[in-house]
Amino acid sequence: MSTPDETIIEVADLRKWFRIGGGMFSRSGVDVKAVDGVSFSVRRGEILGLVGESGSGKTTVGRTLLRLTEPTDGTIRFRGQDITHLPKRAMRPIRRKLQLVFQDPFASLNPRMTVGRIVAAPLIVHEPRMGQAERAERVAEMLQMVGLLPGHAGRFPHEFSGGQRQRIGIARALMLRPDFLVADEPVSALDVSIQAQIVNLLLDLRARFSLAMLFISHDLAVVGHLCDKVAVMYLGRMVESAPTIELFANPRHPYTEALFSAVPDPDPEVRRSRIILSGDIPSPINPPSGCVFRTRCRYALPACAGDVPPLRNVAPNHQSACIRDDLALQPAM
Amino acid sequence: MTPPPRMDPDALLQVEDLSVRFRSDTGVVSALNGVTLAVRPGETVALVGESGSGKSVTSLAIMRLTPSPPGCEVGGRVWLRGTDGRPVDLLALPGEAMRKVRGDRIAMIFQEPMTSLNPVLTIGEQIAEAIAVHRGTSRASAWNAAGELLELVGIPEPRARLATYPHHLSGGMRQRVMIAIALSCDPALLIADEPTTALDVTVQAQILDLLRRLQKRTGMAVIFITHNLGVVAEIADRVMVMYAGRIVEEAAMRTLFQAPRMPYTVKLMRSVPRLQIGGERVALEAIPGSVPDPTNLPPGCAFAPRCSHAMEGTCDVVGPDLEEVQPGHFVRCVRWRELAGGTAR
Amino acid sequence: MAVAADITPRESPKRRARNRALARFVRHRLALFGLGAIIVLVLLCAVGPYLWPYNDLRIDISHRFAVPFMSAHILGADALGRDLFARLMIAGRVSLTVGFAAMAISTVIGTLVGTVAGYFGGAVGSMLMRFVDAVLCFPSIFLLLALAAFVQPNLFTITLVIAATAWMEVARVVEAQIRSLRERDFALAARVLGASDAHIMFRELLPNAIAPIVVASTLNVARAILLEAYVSFLGYGIQPPTPSWGNMLNNAQEYLATAPWLALLPGLFIILAVTGFNFVGDGLRDALDPRLDIT
Repeated sequence: MSTPDETIIEVADLRKWFRIGGGMFSRSGVDVKAVDGVSFSVRRGEILGLVGESGSGKTTVGRTLLRLTEPTDGTIRFRGQDITHLPKRAMRPIRRKLQLVFQDPFASLNPRMTVGRIVAAPLIVHEPRMGQAERAERVAEMLQMVGLLPGHAGRFPHEFSGGQRQRIGIARALMLRPDFLVADEPVSALDVSIQAQIVNLLLDLRARFSLAMLFISHDLAVVGHLCDKVAVMYLGRMVESAPTIELFANPRHPYTEALFSAVPDPDPEVRRSRIILSGDIPSPINPPSGCVFRTRCRYALPACAGDVPPLRNVAPNHQSACIRDDLALQPAM
Repeated sequence: MTPPPRMDPDALLQVEDLSVRFRSDTGVVSALNGVTLAVRPGETVALVGESGSGKSVTSLAIMRLTPSPPGCEVGGRVWLRGTDGRPVDLLALPGEAMRKVRGDRIAMIFQEPMTSLNPVLTIGEQIAEAIAVHRGTSRASAWNAAGELLELVGIPEPRARLATYPHHLSGGMRQRVMIAIALSCDPALLIADEPTTALDVTVQAQILDLLRRLQKRTGMAVIFITHNLGVVAEIADRVMVMYAGRIVEEAAMRTLFQAPRMPYTVKLMRSVPRLQIGGERVALEAIPGSVPDPTNLPPGCAFAPRCSHAMEGTCDVVGPDLEEVQPGHFVRCVRWRELAGGTAR
Repeated sequence: MAVAADITPRESPKRRARNRALARFVRHRLALFGLGAIIVLVLLCAVGPYLWPYNDLRIDISHRFAVPFMSAHILGADALGRDLFARLMIAGRVSLTVGFAAMAISTVIGTLVGTVAGYFGGAVGSMLMRFVDAVLCFPSIFLLLALAAFVQPNLFTITLVIAATAWMEVARVVEAQIRSLRERDFALAARVLGASDAHIMFRELLPNAIAPIVVASTLNVARAILLEAYVSFLGYGIQPPTPSWGNMLNNAQEYLATAPWLALLPGLFIILAVTGFNFVGDGLRDALDPRLDIT
């Protein structure tokens, strides 16, 4: 039933608009298009990197596809089943297959609970009839798997460092052997020397469980290291998507190029010609017409202000939402 | 006040044996254990380290912004060359005189600009205030100068922006405003404490570019505190790597990246993923363990418990001194001679 | 196998945190005094009557208005010659019982209302909290007197009536706590697991709000004792011959000039109990303030 190439998650034209302003009884207010038409799929054992800056909507994509907020439009399929509007009760058995690892390893663990209780929580919720002894055994096994000791089960989260806490969060997420993991900036709150530990752990666990993963990050270097394919978001839209190697070697969207060029390289001999974008990300309340990136794009033409450019195939498995085919863009390195 | 016996004649700032201890219910936190460094006019010195390495405490101690005793003890000397060329020990300065140094000779910008801006005053009022206090000019001319400063830091429509409130600005724009305030009185030294950490990469690139241009123009020295080695390679002339409240390696930027000597520096560089195309996906070289608890530092070298080169009976017993590898390159490791040639990659 | 993490967590800061809270409480002189006063009062009222030779209801006309410290009636006797010390202890039982029971009821109601309002927010939350605001708008004394006028005053009804005017503060405190806790990632983590609302509210969030509930409840005991004294003094509370500190004060009014100790002593006990609980509440507030713990 589970084939190696099986598509685990498929998202089509996902939209999430938040209404702001307007009171409880008024219909006024404006829509913030946090996510505006995003599509992708992730196969078993595959890691998709979702890259973007603050305000790009990448976190909202993760939360919406886990049905933690209700999508405004679009469909979410889990192993072929449409779960977009599944009621709470029907969603419950599916929740155990879809898990989330948080950015902040401090806020995501309940400070009043022992590590054992935190890691056992999925079992308590989904397998309430499991005996104490078996539960403890599963917890011990899981703690070891993420590089902690079984004896840590009796301790409280604040007794651990940031990296260790992130391991606890990963142990909790993997307790029910999920098919799909959303990792929302799981290493950005960690010290540099610890980040590598967690990245390696995620790679290790992916190989072990053939996990499919959505890895949300603003750090292109980490994404390049970890992910099989990458989708770039800007202001709620997906502007480019390709296998990692292809994207890094041959970016086709000017925003991707600018992102690459902005990453400072820890090697003084590497000197990319730097593209400094002018200005800030526009407000999602009032995004620019046409291509959302055109206000900061150095290749923008008058035509860019017209229709919203759709994602189109520019090479096999490589899609870009730029209308210009004549650009020779700078690769990642 | 006598000048220090060995103050570098070129130095603008010379810190000697700076130590900071916090006393808390849980014990004594040794935040800084004898930091010595010098900054010359116009150069950018990067302090690199992870959380708890003491890089931010160093800057706060230089500015005398650590909490006042009895909770906190600061030891050592901080010599700053005055406008007349004579060095003054900032730690011995009376409070009033120190206030004049802050902002006037040394300015500071922080990671989170929102917390250092007053939310109920317009940015124009805040910049003009800083100018009026330090230059003693009239309100009207201070307001004018504020507009010029905003233009200098690359804020579009600077005059119109003077009347806006901080929460109307994006993170990058707020950091520009903070830089404008810091520059308002032509400081000789700017301390930038993780100024780009909270910003997106494209905005970070803008701010780094701005700082470089401003430095070229004003000739100020910069102490740049960061945990990001990429940013260091981007902006620094010299680098000090800090670990557990000590400088563990100091070198010119290129030397440090090409021939790091301290095992910690080497490991740190190898653990950072780099932007590169494809190739075999190898596991990153993680540094095992985590930074030591500052209330309970290990005896000997603080990095020894995580170091693969640590020798039992040596590294965990004797705290190594900072030794000179070659002129301008210092390392705090007893084994640096044997471990020669440890390149970053 | 994953890369070895460092596997020695820092040493037991949990216990240290608990000790720190205790240390802060102990450093709070007034709180210690309050705690001492409460313990003495509770012991006295619970055990005292069994050891004291006089019964609180025994009338002994020969000792009417016995002056304190002048006879075997160590704290004197009232207009009917009943031993004042015995009456004070029995009255204390009544007052403290009302205080603790009203606190328990109001804490349960307040916590429930606050948790539900804070967790669900939106229309449910606004409706509940506007109701809380509405009840708070009534001056509690008048509400109390109005309610007391309709019900048969006895220990049980008085407790209920006082609890009915005291739960709102707890509800507000809990609502604010739960509302902010709900936004924390660990609450989201529980939702990701598919945990039920009840599970998240009561097993994940509520344990994190214990400290402010304890503080509010302690202060509520003091408030309940005071309110009981108030209504009883006005004659709507505990009915004679059962003594309570409030109705003892009421009886003492007539003899204020001739036998002032009849008013002074119950007054003193009320002050002792109320300030005791207030000091303990303040001490707990300081001791349990998590902002003082840098963990």
